[in-house]
Amino acid sequence: MEFLVASGVGSVTAAGVYLVLRGRTFPVIVGLALLSYAVNLFLFATGRLVIDQPPVITDGVTSYTDPLPQALVLTAIVISFGMTAVVVVLALRAYLEAGSDAVDTNVDAEPEDAGDGRPAGGGGASA
Amino acid sequence: MNHLIILPVILPALLAPFIVLAMRHDLLLQRVFSMAGAVALLGIALMLLDEAAGGPPQVYELGNWPAPFGIVLVLDRLSALMVLLTGILAVVVAGYAISSGWDTRGRHFHALLQFQLMGITGAFLTGDIFNLFVFFEVLLIASYGLMLHGGGAARTRAGVQYVVVNLAGSTLFLIAVGIIYGVTGTLNMADLAVKVQHIAPGDEALLRAGGLLLLVVFAVKAALVPIHFWLPGTYANAPAPVAALFAIMTKVGAYSILRVFTLVFGESAGETAWIAADWLLPAALVTLVIGTVGVLGAKALTRLVCFSVVASMGTLLTAISIFTPAATVAALFYLIHSTFATAALFLLADQISMRRGGAGDRLITAPRFAQTGLLAGLFFLAAIAMAGMPPMTGFLGKLLVLDSARASDSMTTIWAVILITSLIAIVGFARAGSVVFWKSASIPGPEEGETTPPLPALPMAAAGAMLAAMVAVAIFAGPVTGYLEATAASLYEPAGYIRAVLGPDMTAAR
Repeated sequence: MEFLVASGVGSVTAAGVYLVLRGRTFPVIVGLALLSYAVNLFLFATGRLVIDQPPVITDGVTSYTDPLPQALVLTAIVISFGMTAVVVVLALRAYLEAGSDAVDTNVDAEPEDAGDGRPAGGGGASA
Repeated sequence: MNHLIILPVILPALLAPFIVLAMRHDLLLQRVFSMAGAVALLGIALMLLDEAAGGPPQVYELGNWPAPFGIVLVLDRLSALMVLLTGILAVVVAGYAISSGWDTRGRHFHALLQFQLMGITGAFLTGDIFNLFVFFEVLLIASYGLMLHGGGAARTRAGVQYVVVNLAGSTLFLIAVGIIYGVTGTLNMADLAVKVQHIAPGDEALLRAGGLLLLVVFAVKAALVPIHFWLPGTYANAPAPVAALFAIMTKVGAYSILRVFTLVFGESAGETAWIAADWLLPAALVTLVIGTVGVLGAKALTRLVCFSVVASMGTLLTAISIFTPAATVAALFYLIHSTFATAALFLLADQISMRRGGAGDRLITAPRFAQTGLLAGLFFLAAIAMAGMPPMTGFLGKLLVLDSARASDSMTTIWAVILITSLIAIVGFARAGSVVFWKSASIPGPEEGETTPPLPALPMAAAGAMLAAMVAVAIFAGPVTGYLEATAASLYEPAGYIRAVLGPDMTAAR
């Protein structure tokens, strides 16, 4: 089971990193969404994978499943959902105002600006 | 429990929805309440500083759950200082936005400002690493709104890049938090500091990976090379009062590095002790160099200020990366200076570009504009402060950094880089000042009041207040460093912090 979950998290992360590195906003947003799914799965696994165990410690119970990661995941889901909504609206507005959905165009045509969207992917890739 | 500790979070958290819901259509009421909120925050911050200076760290248990089971807010000297800086900046930013009319260029400026303040003060006060993530998200989502305030194609585009970089950063933060929780089973910072000492053999590598991932996340916020690329584009396109407020946002990253890597990964962390130092020092020095080169090469005034922010973060993180009490005193002193200097420069650059008409903030000669003399004087003061010349705080800050670097193994490198970049920064600022003020002075402008409407002088008072704050810090450098020495001493003796959070018996039992 550990292997299945680990390879699932790994492949979703890899797909997410690949998409985040793309140059247009739609793949980047999908990539960010995939990354957040991968992170949520990963957070679940940090409490260790156990089956059929009580989530709350009571006297006499030696083995239990950790409830805290589920609270963390819930928070992370809410936040990433909100953030995805923000970035979708923002990308649409940028597309409508600028007429292009490229992420990395020079904002004010200065050379040092080239590839501003890329470091995001670079940061993700180091994960 | 001292309920004052949670007020800096609660007050803006209540004020922001109140402003949105009750006074959506009344700008005057919004302004009154926003300003009142900022002044109240400053007052609370002063009271907190007084409390923190007097004794050991104080803990506020949310929902009265004892640590490490519940989330705690911790007030110590460092967090009180950072909240005070936020309060000062809040008053200045609110004042500038109101007097310059920036808040009329879009809706909900004041509500977003309050949400932003809530996130920043929360991040400074929390004693729980997952709660830190949540407050990071609060301040980020408010900053997205503020950054886009006023709209426009260039700003929206820069906004997309800013949001994407920070979303990727948040993802990394969650991964780091997950790894650390998986290894130690706790997220309370004080409890983590205890648990990392007794980590199971074989888990050190995972803990190291988690710790260094956290460093990457904080480095994104602090604009450390190689993840600083988002900063110039974002700050240059953000509205001026927002850019000035963002002066404290990069410091949130620096604060988090200082907090986590002295408390959790400090002296007692065994295998993972001081893991940040090896990576932070070279990255900080490169940041300093790149920022300074940007200052020299920038084609517009706002962009020049942005790169000087990158450079000042380089100096600040260099001082932090030495990880000795003396260097931390220098880092904190430079942090105070850098916050004020950055805010002053962004506000002045906005005032200058407002008056220059078509030339905007580009570094080209343009006809003389109104109030050249006053603006030139203010810009001169802010520029010498940023470049690190006497008598402003930048000089004292860099002096302290250089002095504390004498204990470091890489003293010669640090001295060489800081001194040479300071010289280059002076050249960069001198070039900008001479083009904007001196060379333009010979070109006759339109008679005052004829073609350009006279602009109010009140916004300049906001920039002036920042400069005055710097002068005050320079004059009272003695008491300020006295406070900072106590702050640094407590950071490198985390037992007091841990005892305050976990209680004396908990510490002994582990």
